Amino acid sequence: MSKKKTYEAEDFSHHVTSMGTYFAIFAALMVLTALTVWVAFQDFGSLNVPIAFAIATVKATVVVLFFMHVIHSPKMTAAILVGSIVFLGILFLLTFSDYLSRFWPMA
Amino acid sequence: MTTDAIDSAQTPRHEEGTNYINAEYGLLSWLFTIDHKRIAILYMISVTALFFVGGIFALLLRLELMTPQGDLFTSDTYNKLFTLHGVVMIFFFLIPAVPSVLGNFILPLQLGARDLAFPKINLLSWYLYVIGALMGVVVMLLGGVDTGWTFYTPFSTTYSNTWVVPTVLAGFIAGFSSILTGLNFIVTIHKMRAPGLTWFRLPLMVWALYGTSLIQLLATPVLGIALLLIAVERLWQVGIFNPALGGDPILFQHLFWFYSHPAVYIMILPAMGVISEVIACFSRRKIFGYKFVAFSSLAIAFLGFLIWAHHLFVAGISVYSAMIFSFLTMFVAVPSAIKTFNWTSTLYKGSVSYEAPMLYALGFIGMFLIGGLTGLFLATLGIDIHVHDTYFVVAHFHYVMVGSVIMAYFAGIHYWWPKMTGRMYPEWWARLAALLVFVGFNLTFFPQFLLGYLGMPRRYHAYVPEFQVLNVMSTAGATILGAGYLLPLIYFVWALKYAPRASANPWGASGLEWHTPSPPTTHNFEDTPTVTWEAYDEKAWLKEAEKNV
Amino acid sequence: MSEHADTAHPALRHHFDDLNQQHAAGTLGMWFFLVTEILFFGPLFFTYALFRSGSLDPSFQNAFIAASHHQNITLGLTNTIVLIASSLTVALGVYFAQTNKKKPLVLMLVLTLLCGVAFLVIKGIEYNQHFAHHLFPGQGFHWDGAPELARGGQMFYILYFCMTGLHAFHMVIGIGIFIYILMRAMRNDFSSDYYVPIEVSGLYWHFVDIVWIFLFPMLYLIDPASKH
Repeated sequence: MSKKKTYEAEDFSHHVTSMGTYFAIFAALMVLTALTVWVAFQDFGSLNVPIAFAIATVKATVVVLFFMHVIHSPKMTAAILVGSIVFLGILFLLTFSDYLSRFWPMA
Repeated sequence: MTTDAIDSAQTPRHEEGTNYINAEYGLLSWLFTIDHKRIAILYMISVTALFFVGGIFALLLRLELMTPQGDLFTSDTYNKLFTLHGVVMIFFFLIPAVPSVLGNFILPLQLGARDLAFPKINLLSWYLYVIGALMGVVVMLLGGVDTGWTFYTPFSTTYSNTWVVPTVLAGFIAGFSSILTGLNFIVTIHKMRAPGLTWFRLPLMVWALYGTSLIQLLATPVLGIALLLIAVERLWQVGIFNPALGGDPILFQHLFWFYSHPAVYIMILPAMGVISEVIACFSRRKIFGYKFVAFSSLAIAFLGFLIWAHHLFVAGISVYSAMIFSFLTMFVAVPSAIKTFNWTSTLYKGSVSYEAPMLYALGFIGMFLIGGLTGLFLATLGIDIHVHDTYFVVAHFHYVMVGSVIMAYFAGIHYWWPKMTGRMYPEWWARLAALLVFVGFNLTFFPQFLLGYLGMPRRYHAYVPEFQVLNVMSTAGATILGAGYLLPLIYFVWALKYAPRASANPWGASGLEWHTPSPPTTHNFEDTPTVTWEAYDEKAWLKEAEKNV
Repeated sequence: MSEHADTAHPALRHHFDDLNQQHAAGTLGMWFFLVTEILFFGPLFFTYALFRSGSLDPSFQNAFIAASHHQNITLGLTNTIVLIASSLTVALGVYFAQTNKKKPLVLMLVLTLLCGVAFLVIKGIEYNQHFAHHLFPGQGFHWDGAPELARGGQMFYILYFCMTGLHAFHMVIGIGIFIYILMRAMRNDFSSDYYVPIEVSGLYWHFVDIVWIFLFPMLYLIDPASKH
């Protein structure tokens, strides 16, 4: 009987990302950093914060996908990452549900 | 009898060979071990020591409460006593007890693995635990801390003159011990299962430990930051949590309970895992509704994160938010009830025998039922406002943490004792102890439901005279409970030397841990086992056992 | 890859069947550790959001803007670039390990360490300026702006020091890890068969980089144009 392993070892990828990709990602991150600074000096009204946050998220996603190789990793890795952000989201959402409604009038 | 068949089938090839206990000798061979089984024993010794320290504080509290006057201790001393009781019992006993002692020992065995994924990190987490616990002991010697185990601000940050910073740092360090244990377990479960051991063939203990580990990883760091911020606020004299300086004391309560409510499930989930194992074994049946019990562990782990602010109903949070949390809290009753129903359904038409682990398990079901259902009372906004900060709350969480978790811990210790030490224990004394614990526990804490309902507030050293009868009952019960906890300590030490030797599978239980000799060798399995049967499938397992003869 | 070749590998730990399992476990372990890290930094981000949004005290919105005007954007930007560059060198380090190029690997690890140290030095210069301007929260805090914004201004600096302090602490740990990795690389421990320790340490390093990617706009770029 052939012994099949159940420990999901086949999930480990030895993918080699090329140097060109790494430099391209670095260039993209530099452009996005410049964009962050430029955007901060513009007046988009109440949109400044969401824009800054969006750019930072894009930068983080790029780092995660390419520098941290999530794009070539098992789906489990992305699931772990998304899962932890979901739980952090619960912390934000439910705690803000208190602060934002604290001074609402009583019905 | 099936037990004999399994025994003979599973007799290890090296009858008198070396095992993990006699593989090496000397104190250093224990202090620098990376064997998960030895680390479990280290945890067992340290956790037991802290349990009795916390227990002494509890007895002193009960002694004070025998009389309505605050005559034995000053109110300040009383504050310190209940704080230290809480800190020691929660951070240094209940959180590590089931996962770090039983889980550490049994998880790799149940998975058919040679060790946890990161043995050195496992040892590190024991050392972190010891450092945290020693800091706690130093705090006690220096004069203690009086904030309550919850460290509520701004009292803890601004007004308390006791050793708050060392205590929160002790909790912080113990928290990292807990995180590293969870990390180790979760990776081990993912990557080190024996061939054939698919997710739905895992013992329910493994599912429970998986859920526990998720909570340890996701919740403990939040406590870590909350405790660090207390230290920051105290040391720099700033006001993140101080309304006088623009901060918000309820922010601390949010962060604290974001951990500390799920922490209740760090305690109860692995305890439920133990109960599933014990009930399946001593009912001689496959657990009823395996997948429901398995998934209910994950459901509890998840839902545990949505309900923390039910500790804050009268703290000043928004009424609307309180309604949401009250509503969400009700949902936790569902997976908890699923587990309870499935355990009782397993008993139905099972061939039940009443060895000590089973007595504790049956006690667990009853205590958990009472503890769980009174939790629903407290989740209801209207009732909570009435009984908040009374002995009703104290009784409720002791039913869950002492009545349930410690019962399950004792069930597990008795159940796996033959595997851990290679010796049986004196059954008659064990049953007596189980009985004492059950009677003593109920006598201690049931009166407290009544006291709380009648309005006796918690955390005071004096009370009005009409509450004395119930308080005396409670103290009497605590004495019996104390005897019930002391008795196993005595007969377990006795058993190490004098009890009869245990076979590989004295209970005729199913699970890979019973496929190794008692006690196991350092590497657990001579050959990595291949699993071909479903979880708790006694018949398929027996057939397998016969094949190996 | 055959199992026999793996079993012979000196880096294989006794409790794993083969290197593949060992690598998978190590990588997964680091990812679960990063879960903990996300929820370790998370509450500080929440606290920041709570105070900056003005949910508790509306004056904190303007106070945070006023306080951030004391920040040196040039130094913050420099540090951002330094840190992203260090992430690049770590990623290239993994590449050179995977392709069995020892000398470039060592070079990349040295560059990573230099970037890490440079970051901490610049951070130290900034802290020094804050101390000089009495911006360290507590008894010595001195606010020269509008008095009604003083509480919020101090809250900004509490969070600034907590967040950057915790981040810097992670950098120090990361530098320690990479010194160890560098020593192993010079000892020829790594090859295309066995590079996962670099990969795993890299995951940690990139995570610390990502934290900074968020901290930079949060702490340095709150409406900088309104500074007069």
